[in-house]
Amino acid sequence: MSSRDTSAVPALLLRGIVKRFGSLTAVDGLDLEVPQGIVLGLLGPNGAGKSTTMKMLTAQSVADEGEIRILGHEVPAESKWARARMGVVPQHDNLDEELTVEQNLRMFSYLYRVPRRQRKEAIARTMRLAQLGDRGATLVDDLSGGMRRRLLIVRALLHRPELVLMDEPTVGLDPQVRQDLWSAISALRDEGVTVLMSTHYIEEAERLSDEVALMARGRVVERGTPADLVAKYAGATVEEYLPDEEGVDAFERLVHSHGFTTRRTGTTVSVLRAEELPQSLRDRLDVPLRRASNLEDVFVTLTGESVE
Amino acid sequence: MSTRQQQAREDARPEVHARPGRFEADAVMGVVAREWILYGQSWRATTFAAVVEPTLYLLCFGFGMGALVGTLAGYSYIDFLGTGIVAVSVLFQSMMPAVINTFIKRRFLHTYEGILAAPVDVRELVTGEALWLAMRSGVYGCVPLLVAMGFGLRPGPGMLLVPFIAFLAGFAFALFGIWISAVITSVRSMDYVFSGLFTPLFLVAGTFFPLTGLPGWVQNAAMVNPLYHAVELIRGAVFGGLGAGQALVHVGVLLGFIVLMWFLAGFQMRRRVVS
Repeated sequence: MSSRDTSAVPALLLRGIVKRFGSLTAVDGLDLEVPQGIVLGLLGPNGAGKSTTMKMLTAQSVADEGEIRILGHEVPAESKWARARMGVVPQHDNLDEELTVEQNLRMFSYLYRVPRRQRKEAIARTMRLAQLGDRGATLVDDLSGGMRRRLLIVRALLHRPELVLMDEPTVGLDPQVRQDLWSAISALRDEGVTVLMSTHYIEEAERLSDEVALMARGRVVERGTPADLVAKYAGATVEEYLPDEEGVDAFERLVHSHGFTTRRTGTTVSVLRAEELPQSLRDRLDVPLRRASNLEDVFVTLTGESVE
Repeated sequence: MSTRQQQAREDARPEVHARPGRFEADAVMGVVAREWILYGQSWRATTFAAVVEPTLYLLCFGFGMGALVGTLAGYSYIDFLGTGIVAVSVLFQSMMPAVINTFIKRRFLHTYEGILAAPVDVRELVTGEALWLAMRSGVYGCVPLLVAMGFGLRPGPGMLLVPFIAFLAGFAFALFGIWISAVITSVRSMDYVFSGLFTPLFLVAGTFFPLTGLPGWVQNAAMVNPLYHAVELIRGAVFGGLGAGQALVHVGVLLGFIVLMWFLAGFQMRRRVVS
């Protein structure tokens, strides 16, 4: 077969991407390579450049500098080819409310050029995938929020894409609904589909991603598996202390002087990599609350931003 | 992934015929197919408007004015009006939805974000949207003729050309409307469009009355109104009396307008949807 089947070709390759809007530089020297077959979580605070990056991947925004390749296709020049092989789940729900579930899918089966004899099967398959198998005749307007989002996701899977882009797929949903969607996204990975998912929900990135790319100020500041990142920046355990209000600064100075990183959460101060705290220092501190380190610790340390 | 899964995916993958960047009929037809599905939901309302409006015009103007006017430019007034209203219907079926719907789909419904994330480019999107409205105009543009027959218009073989003329004019005005929808930045600007552009377009085209009574400069202005050329073609097809040369000029003006508007609409829409 042609070059498109060699899995050595990265699903996504971005090099030195810069995108400016007037005086604002939204993306500032972004480098990102995503191999085929993984779920990569693009994690970053609002304004980090995630959405702009997503738009550039569908050529709805054009980079001022740099090179973008999707499944080997140069974007924007060969974007249409790339788009034929990828599915995009938009951040904004743009389902046609006055049409049924089946009609919404049929519409996109045309746009995605699903061959005529496979349309019916493609629509049935995606409806099952969205657990909407018996809802074909239901108007989108009558679906629950979770059902709508599931439909929005599977609409991008009609043509069995090799790469799926999801821009904040669970934003604004109930926790229960979010969990449902997570299992759907995991199922995609099991099928060998590459997923690039932007999110600002840390838990989502941690649960779903094989690898996480942390974005801040328009570039990727760190990249790795959630476990590696946590081990590298936050160690195994975090200890949370509750110093007196006026003693917070002094507490932080003391801990920092021993080479440890801290982060504040409300009135508590978390000490990262706490398993390495020397006994001499520990003797001078109160009894902490101990917990396992997590990706949120890494995120806050690297981006300097708090999370929702 | 097993070979079977891999094979299944290969089978289901869309055929990619074109070199990237080239204009693909499949993409255009995808956009048209989308509108066709939407039409399945809205055809009753669309058809109601397309039938009731010309009927009311013919009833009120035809009888009201017809009683006073009698004949006009050699035609009975109801014949003159019936053919003129074909052009008005085309304008209402093409330019009006092109301005309003296209604007709403772009600005508020995020429809185009979704379509352009599929393998469809801006020019294909614009062409598909205009093509659909042209097809609608071609069909609904004939309704006034049918109504006018009910009021005594004599059927003739030339009338079979009317759907094609209506299609051509509908395509032109749909592209014009899409261009405008991509120029304006707010719903409020539509007031300028409809009062300042739309109304003179369909009044100064020889639709309800001949241009001959109007001041010279208005008559000259009408020459660049594509709707005037559509009206002339429609009357020529229905009543005859239009030379081949004249007919070619009218068709040429419509085609030229289409080419110009196709470029402008594609260019301006791209500026709006690609940042």
